[in-house]
Amino acid sequence: MHFEYQIEGGNFTRAGFASSEIKKKLKQLNVDLGIVKRTVVATYEAEVNVVAHAYSGTIYVDFDEEKVVIRLVDEGPGIPDIEQAMKEGFSTASSTVREMGFGAGMGLPNMKKNADDLQVSSEVGKGTTVQITMHYQNPNNK
Amino acid sequence: MTVQQLTEKLNLKVYGGKKGLGNEISGGYVSDLLSDVMGNADTGEVWITLQTHKNVMAIASLKDLAAIILVNNHQPEEDTLNQANEEGIPLLGTHMGTFEITGKLYELIK
Repeated sequence: MHFEYQIEGGNFTRAGFASSEIKKKLKQLNVDLGIVKRTVVATYEAEVNVVAHAYSGTIYVDFDEEKVVIRLVDEGPGIPDIEQAMKEGFSTASSTVREMGFGAGMGLPNMKKNADDLQVSSEVGKGTTVQITMHYQNPNNK
Repeated sequence: MTVQQLTEKLNLKVYGGKKGLGNEISGGYVSDLLSDVMGNADTGEVWITLQTHKNVMAIASLKDLAAIILVNNHQPEEDTLNQANEEGIPLLGTHMGTFEITGKLYELIK
């Protein structure tokens, strides 16, 4: 199963839509609730990051028999130093975004904590791609 | 305890999401940082916050929270209220500040 969702930079009203759709599909597939919860946290944070930082983005979701791969590709400013961005508390979010309770520098760390596998690649001035992989059955369930 | 019982005991306003008043409460979480709630709150908890925008409902829904309590007489924004009704997640309010309402909630469900 393949799904795509569009994300509009700056439009917080739809943030979480794709995460909610993915949650429903995982539940239909009877995936363990703990794994569904981790998927939701990682995906929501990734969605919010695109809304908060990028101009636009697309989420590509592929469910196969063993796993779901969620790839968020955005057009945006990119991340100059990914290692720094992964650190808890580091944020470049605007004051408006912070006032909403986002931008506390917890997004990427939350993704790392919850995803089975997280890949982040970025090109400054072009955009960022985040790929989250979740296995339906994980013997090392976090 | 259900959300309905909680609203009666703490005299909370019910702004919307009445369909979920029968939700069972498993605990509470207090934070105004959305990523903190996303990362650390758990199913069935009541979330106490001063954030009134629509994203609180997205988080409550994604995390299967029992209800949200807005402190200090903060009013929900219109689209927040609409989504609370759509999702059936109770959106509650109190004149109390965060410290006071948290203490009372803790006493009731600890």
